[in-house]
Amino acid sequence: MNGGEILPVMVGFARTLRAAGVAADHERTRGFLTALENLDAGNRKDVYWAGRLTLCARPDDIPRYDRCFAAYFDGRPLPASSAPTVTVTRYTASPDGAERSAGEPATAATASTLEILRGRDVASLTPQERAEINRLLALMRTGRQQRASRRLVPSKQGRLDPHRIVREAMKRGGEPARLRFRDRRRKPRRVVLLVDVSGSMAAYADTLLRLAHAVVRSAPRATEVFSAGTRLTRLTAELRLRDAAVAMDQVSRAIPDWSGGTRLGEELRAFLRFPDARGAIVVIASDGWERGDPSLLGAQMGRLSRMAHRVIWVNPHKGDPAYRPLTGGMRAALPYIDDLVAGHSLAAYEELAGLLAGRRAGHA
Amino acid sequence: MEIDSPETLRGLLEQRDYLAGTGLATAAFLALRMGRPLFLEGEAGVGKTELAKTLAGVVGAPLIRLQCYEGLDAAQALYDWDFARQLLHLKAAEAAGITDVKALEGEIYDRRFLIARPLLQALESQPAVLLVDEIDRADDEFEAFLLEVLSDFTISIPELGTIRAASPPLVILTSNRTREVHDALKRRCLYHWLDHPGFDREVAILLRRLPLCTSLLAEQVARAAARLRAADLLKPPGIAETLDWAEALLTLGADRLDPELAAVTLGAALKYREDQQTAMQNGLLDA
Repeated sequence: MNGGEILPVMVGFARTLRAAGVAADHERTRGFLTALENLDAGNRKDVYWAGRLTLCARPDDIPRYDRCFAAYFDGRPLPASSAPTVTVTRYTASPDGAERSAGEPATAATASTLEILRGRDVASLTPQERAEINRLLALMRTGRQQRASRRLVPSKQGRLDPHRIVREAMKRGGEPARLRFRDRRRKPRRVVLLVDVSGSMAAYADTLLRLAHAVVRSAPRATEVFSAGTRLTRLTAELRLRDAAVAMDQVSRAIPDWSGGTRLGEELRAFLRFPDARGAIVVIASDGWERGDPSLLGAQMGRLSRMAHRVIWVNPHKGDPAYRPLTGGMRAALPYIDDLVAGHSLAAYEELAGLLAGRRAGHA
Repeated sequence: MEIDSPETLRGLLEQRDYLAGTGLATAAFLALRMGRPLFLEGEAGVGKTELAKTLAGVVGAPLIRLQCYEGLDAAQALYDWDFARQLLHLKAAEAAGITDVKALEGEIYDRRFLIARPLLQALESQPAVLLVDEIDRADDEFEAFLLEVLSDFTISIPELGTIRAASPPLVILTSNRTREVHDALKRRCLYHWLDHPGFDREVAILLRRLPLCTSLLAEQVARAAARLRAADLLKPPGIAETLDWAEALLTLGADRLDPELAAVTLGAALKYREDQQTAMQNGLLDA
């Protein structure tokens, strides 16, 4: 391969990667080309490593990179995406109350209908009502509990700040005139949400992910969201998109195992591999129908409760007064849960938002 | 000897008892050639920190290490003024009756009153290998700092001016991935995910590092380590742990993996009680 034809080939490769979801942006592509100048661009192994080192950014990128590399340079076809096609109804948040069939009066939901809607189970809503709930979720503001970080910042009280005291003293010829203080900075506590997207949760998964979107928006750098089904999928990047409709569209593309089974225990274990949970509030939204071994789920929940600041379980069925946590998964997890909250209605979601903001549960 | 290819570098690393794979050797080679920081991610104990130490030996530069932790700030990572000495200087000037304020100010903000912390040290010493260890432990404010320093290898000190590295140091960042590091920082770097070594390499490393180790013991330990890694443990042993384990066995005079000795030395490889139980119950330690 000579210099003239390398450039388009390599840039095309970076584009292929981008299309496959690897963050191979312009700067990284430039890095790739520079790396090739230092290696042998005619050597397959060198091209492989130059690309992998410059174009990938996280471990999940590497299998994708390998597939694209084989497809692009060996002409092996990319395996068709295993993700089932998911139809997503987009609800656009229009100022006067979302989708309406013609002829319906153009009034926003009144206070009393809103009050009724707030307590309704989201699984039983008409499309219009659902659109209204989605609109409210998109507008929802969730607060966030604060924690003291180890970083010290200037403050009115706290411990003495020798640097500032001495710095000011120097202006006065070495006489310390005023005491200065510093104190620990407050930071939003991290929240990690695991949303069960298996078949039994199908009626709630969409709404719960919209709720997750609201939670991410409140503190984007301190929130992580994963979907759990037969495998764990990280959705944080998708949910950081501001527009709810766009974010949900991306999310539905990203989840490969929509409406499958649940192996929560195994996924929790995969999740705990990287101790993202340390000191965080972990929210698990699931009905606890565990396909896998409940004792595994129990063991992982035990680990989780030792690492996390608080474990909150959101169960849509808890809204039913007759509900008892009897499913195997739920029973195994119960001893390790700090708050078990309902997850079926807007009112329940507001309670959850309150917990994240640091308020105590009314009836946990 | 000039480092003109990843293979040459791999050979040089090997001379210093560090056995690198093609990927890692290419990564380190490109980091040297392109002047880009190398971002190494991987589980604890796969040899990330060790690579930085060995590379420093290979290029003949001092290793400057910045261990990250939450709350790390510029005063600990970049530079700090030596306030006590500055005050002493002021008092001395006062006693000597010097009143020229301007001149005095120039004097106290002199380089000699500046304490260089690792990042500044790395820019000032030529050449240098800078190891920013466990960047995932620092908070995101610190990443912004680091990004600024790593993008043009300069530090501007308001009272003194800008300090620029004549030639950029070789920078190695490591992360155990307890959290995702900001993409802007990663974009500046070459990214390499370091995996556990394969069986053959692990045996080679054991033999290389522990001259008294027999090849039978090395193979048995490496095979047991591979089994432990496959058996879903809380903390699978890294190469650092396998080395410790083999060394513990050797210290007890073992020339093969004896189940009894394996059980009493297991603490060198597995650091969780649950993991030790799993390993014992499932017979993962058998030779």
